[in-house]
Formats: sequence, C-alpha cells, structure tokens
Amino acid sequence: MLLIPCPYCGEREETEFHHGGEAHIERPQDPDALSDAEWANYIFMRTNPKGLFHERWVHAAGCRRWFNMARNTATNAIIGTYKIGEKPPKGAR
Amino acid sequence: MAEVEKPVKKYSLFSLARNALSFHQNWEKAWRSPEPKKHYNAIIIGGGGHGLATAYYLAKEHGLTNIAVIEKGWLGGGNTGRNTTIIRSNYLWDESAAIYDKALQLYEGLSQDLNYNIMLSQRGVLNLAHNLHDVRELKRRVHAIRLNGIDSEYLSPAQIKEMIPIIDISPSIRYPVMGASLQRRGGVARHDAVAWGFARAADARGVDIIQQCEVTGILREGGRVTGVETTRGTIHAPKVGIVTAGHTSVLAAMAGIRLPITSYPLQAMVTEPVKPILNSVVMSNAVHCYVSQSDKGELVLGAGIDGYNSYTQRGSLHIVEEQLAAVCMLFPIFSRLRIMRKWGGIVDTCPDASPIISKTPVEGLYINGGWGTGGFKATPGSGWAFAHTMARDEPHALNAPYALDRFTSGALIAEHGAAAVAH
Repeated sequence: MLLIPCPYCGEREETEFHHGGEAHIERPQDPDALSDAEWANYIFMRTNPKGLFHERWVHAAGCRRWFNMARNTATNAIIGTYKIGEKPPKGAR
Repeated sequence: MAEVEKPVKKYSLFSLARNALSFHQNWEKAWRSPEPKKHYNAIIIGGGGHGLATAYYLAKEHGLTNIAVIEKGWLGGGNTGRNTTIIRSNYLWDESAAIYDKALQLYEGLSQDLNYNIMLSQRGVLNLAHNLHDVRELKRRVHAIRLNGIDSEYLSPAQIKEMIPIIDISPSIRYPVMGASLQRRGGVARHDAVAWGFARAADARGVDIIQQCEVTGILREGGRVTGVETTRGTIHAPKVGIVTAGHTSVLAAMAGIRLPITSYPLQAMVTEPVKPILNSVVMSNAVHCYVSQSDKGELVLGAGIDGYNSYTQRGSLHIVEEQLAAVCMLFPIFSRLRIMRKWGGIVDTCPDASPIISKTPVEGLYINGGWGTGGFKATPGSGWAFAHTMARDEPHALNAPYALDRFTSGALIAEHGAAAVAH
C-alpha cells in the first residue's frame, strides 16, 4: 500500500487514487502528419523503466485533481509529487 | 539430430527402486552447471519455463544444441514459480485458441516426452457468469471455442452445484452464480516441475544452463546482434532470444528497442492445507478471483494485477482483501481458513493482453514476452513456436500474429475479457 502525498491534500492512502500511467507523453501537435510507426510510439510504446519513473495519478476519492509523481519502480520509494505543468522535483529528473 | 553429449539416466520405477536401496542419497544431478563458453550458436536470456522450453525445442526439433540458457537467479525463480499453475485453452480469438491449445496438447504428453512428472491434472476449469451479460458472453465464447475444435461446454447453476457442492449458488448473494463455462481438459500442473523437466531434458541434449549470470548488455554490430555482456564475461552468439518475463522492457532497452509493455505486480497466495474439498479450478471474472486446491491441500488463490507498474515482487493489501472477499462470497466455507503465504510476480502486460513472440528490428535478436497474467499455461507452446522463430529466422504460423509490428499495423489480438478472466 502506497502512502501518496497529493500536492493539494497531503498524504493519503493509495486506495483514494487511480494510476494514470507514464507522465510527460505529449499529444502530437500535428496528428495528420504522423506515420503509423509514430502513432504506435505515441499510443502503445512505453519506457517502463526499472528505477526512476514519472507517472500521473488522480486523487479520485479526494480532490479529484490530476498530478504527477516521481517514484522508483524498483523499490516503490516515492521521490516526490508535483503539479501538472511543473518540472519534477530535484533528485527526480 | 545432434547426439546426446552425456548419458542421462532415465527416471523409472527401476531407478526409483535402485535409489531406494541407498536411501535416495545417490541420485545423479538433474542437470550440469557448466562454465559459460566464449561462443554459442544461440543464447536464450532467461531460465524460466518459456526460456527452457525454447532451448529444449531448439535442440529437439531443430537440432541446435550448441546453445546456452542464461539466468540471473535460479531456474524457475521468477514467474514460473509464482503463478497459480492453471492450464486452459478456452480463448475466444482464433490466434489465441491456436497457440494456447498447441501448448495444452504439448502439456498432455509432456511428462512422457521429458521423462519428468509435471503432475498434470486435467480436473476441469470453470469460468463463472454472474449476470445476464456474462451468461450471453460465456455462451458465445463456448460456441466460438468449440468451432476451433477445443472442448468447451456450458453449465447451469444446478450442474455447477453438482460438480462443486461447496459453492454458494443461492440467488440472494451479491453476485449470484448464473452459469459457467467448463473446459474439462483444463486443470493444473506442478509449475516447478515444468521448469525442471525442460531444464533436465534440454541439458541432456547438450544445452548449457548457466545460473547466477546476469545479462548486462546486448552486443550489436551493424544492426545485428553479436552476443551479450554478462556478470560472468562476454559471450558471443549470432542469435539471442530475450525470454525474461517481468523484465522484457529492461532487456529490450539494452538493444535500443522500445516495447508496448508495462510491468505490474500480480499477487497470489495459499491457505493452510486442508483435506480435498475442491476438485476443479474455479475462476470468476466479475467478482475476480481464481481458486484451486494443490495436491498438498492448500487453496491456491489469485486475482488481478495491482494498480500501478512496479518491479517490486510485492503488491498492495487492498488487492488481496478484494479477492479474498470474492472467494468467501462464492465459498463461505473458506472464510475460516488462514492465509499462509502471499507473494507477487512481475507481469509484462501488452495493450491487447496478448504476448509478443517476434523478430525485432535488430537482426538475430528475438523477443518472447509480454505474456501478461497468463504465461504459464502457454509454456510449451510458447517455447515450441519461439524455437521455430529463432531457428528459421521466421515465425511459425502459430506465432506470426504475435509479431511486434502488430502495434503499428493495428492488427491487435484483443484478449481483454475475451480470455474469460480479467487481466
């Protein structure tokens, strides 16, 4: 069970949240110009690293806001959370 | 077919009797532990069931015996030893039915083929329906599976109760049991024995099995693979197969390949052992649990993946609570049992819940992974098809649909839900 520090509400239990997958995947600026391989890369391909990982969470049973979190996927250690649009905290870049 | 390099004593009633005379102290080792050579004709990364099966079928079906299986831990210590040992082939789509039933057919003859008792028990697998949609969906699936020549039948609640007297089929429970599909050829097998049997049989055909040896890099030259860097030195080979369930993305990244895989913990557990009480495998998609009883008497329980990706072989407690609630609703008699052990394995999931058994953009490098939550049942079929792919440098018809480029072409094999259990 993770104890997740929501940047708006503070630490809450994992059951209040939903995971939103890898963060910082940019929607293509010009979708019509994309090749099939570029679409595949955007929709399906993921870095899935063992170690530092940036991910999205939504505080579904709380403030219902989305935010980003940096976590070590090898240990589940949470390095920090940050709001959408912000840069990852120090030690998590 | 290459000659066997060393004589391996056949397991038999006579060998059992002979070893009983020396109080079973003098059994020969089941496989060698050789030092890695500098060069092989092929390297399999990953000494789980799928990797060892690949090595075995490369040697048996394709005469390729100068090969090594490289394992960072011990044989079958990953997902092969962590799953709930369920075997079935009741998949909806033709592509899935073909490869999973190939695996089941190989399982049916595997103890004889390997001269190793894998304790296959075809006790039947039931998938329960809990609402009208489930009923219609399961009936449709039963028909589709039968059209593929695979045994499948539909049971009414009364028929389920006759088969499993301890199940609660009263209409008043939160998710009443309204019917079930049954595959009688489905069942369970001893998961460790599958890994050990393939290891012993591959070793007997000359395959080097190298444990405690981690791959740290994949060597390439001009777009083709030339070998691997390991914690025990550089090993060269013109062909390398990645069969590392739980770490497929990590290994692929060493060769600069991005995969559509996300790795999640999947938890399983066993109760204290009790006398025989459950004679089949019961799975429920809607309330989400699956349960069978091991030969030792423990109930083996499992359910869905955790909510977030992780490489830690553990998960969150609320996942366990949810599945135990489901089990206790269906089987109130189990509510007094205590859980003895619980553990997690890392499952590599693809967006379409189907595996990747494929060539890659790097020549001579092959990937077999992304089996999600259901790889154990496919072990022999997976190894058989992957061996063909590695030996011939082209996929067999069985695994051609499982190519990596399906994520570009869009020809996905969407088994979410279609496989009769949630992923």
